[in-house]
Amino acid sequence: MNGLVLLIRRDLKLAYRGGTDAAMAVVFFILAATLFPFGVGPDPDILPRIGGGVIWVVALLAAMLSLERMFSADYEDGSLEQFVLSPLPMVLVALAKIIAHWLTTGVLLLVAAPVLAVFYNLPGSAFVPLIVSMLLGTPTLSLIGAIGAALTLGARRSGVLISLLVLPLYIPVLIFGALVVDGALAGREFGGLLMVLGGFLLLALAAAPWATAAALRQAIE
Amino acid sequence: MQGLTVKGLDCVRGDRLVFAGVALAVNPGRALLLSGPNGSGKSSLLRIVAGLLPPAAGTLAWEGEDIAADAEAHRRRIAYIGHADPVKPGLTVCENLEFWARLYGLDPEIEPALYQFGIEQLADLPARYLSAGQRRRLTLARLAVGQNSPWRPPLWLLDEPATGLDPGAVAMLANSILAHLANEGVAVIASHGGRLDDALSGHADRLGLPDAAP
Repeated sequence: MNGLVLLIRRDLKLAYRGGTDAAMAVVFFILAATLFPFGVGPDPDILPRIGGGVIWVVALLAAMLSLERMFSADYEDGSLEQFVLSPLPMVLVALAKIIAHWLTTGVLLLVAAPVLAVFYNLPGSAFVPLIVSMLLGTPTLSLIGAIGAALTLGARRSGVLISLLVLPLYIPVLIFGALVVDGALAGREFGGLLMVLGGFLLLALAAAPWATAAALRQAIE
Repeated sequence: MQGLTVKGLDCVRGDRLVFAGVALAVNPGRALLLSGPNGSGKSSLLRIVAGLLPPAAGTLAWEGEDIAADAEAHRRRIAYIGHADPVKPGLTVCENLEFWARLYGLDPEIEPALYQFGIEQLADLPARYLSAGQRRRLTLARLAVGQNSPWRPPLWLLDEPATGLDPGAVAMLANSILAHLANEGVAVIASHGGRLDDALSGHADRLGLPDAAP
């Protein structure tokens, strides 16, 4: 467990000092979301209706932006080989990298989401459902994304490959995440939808670290 | 006097047979210098011994015990230095070394290791400002961490460790390896000759790998 915390702390330190990847994701999130009103017009009736879906789609794309760098730096500088030889099991290495990715991307998206909710004129009653749905959904995005990032390590145009692998798997999270916000706007019950998102998270948590670890071992052979 | 024993080792990369039937034995307190042209499989041999690459055929044993029988125990006895330097530009020299020491469960007292490779004055410098040779020194300093503790890795696998080092640093590396051998350690070193080979010549055997078939 010490090794897990050590690796997370190292990655957070690197993200904090490097800055660009994490900042890029959140800046993309805000910029891309602000483009939609220019396209569909500033109608105060339309914006809240599309707001939840737009925020979710853009969050998903923003989370994907930094996936390519999730393992590639460690792969290129030989750190990954050293992880394989270290006493820390590769499953925990994968989990640490996923947690660090979520903390440096997903959490920033969570923080920025309310700003965009205001921008889209979402009523206050939709704020909490939006945040809770993202709290459950964004870790799932990091977990699923890690598998794609590990499978494409060392490949040319790995960014495009990751998108092809990962985007179809993101669709259920997107659908249920957007439905939660829609449900809150329409005054419908959305607790069940949140439970489905929680289920996705548990499923991804149970499978993704092992799949990612296997892909990482394959990558260094 | 068993150390590392390898018998009938084959290595295949893709469809290409890199080497076949390699046999070697390195006793405690001895080093093995691997030589051969580029592509002859020196790095692959080291990676197979490290457990990073599966062999196509053959057996590897440590102190007479099959390595494959307990891969985790084998990992604990290895210090592997590959071609690349696992150095993060965003961390200081000290932080880089401390991270690896802690991850490997070694004594996080790293100052002696920094001194051993002459980079103590760079301890607080972010690694992005290091030259290639200084980065290599930092990578090699990992070998010196916990060298006097009972849980130090007894098997060093070094892939062209002197690349990019100046003569002074090569001497420091040679001293570290000799100290390791004096502690009954074993070292397998891929090398293209030079000062390091000369410094270790009295304590090392040599194995030449032939040019691999195209």
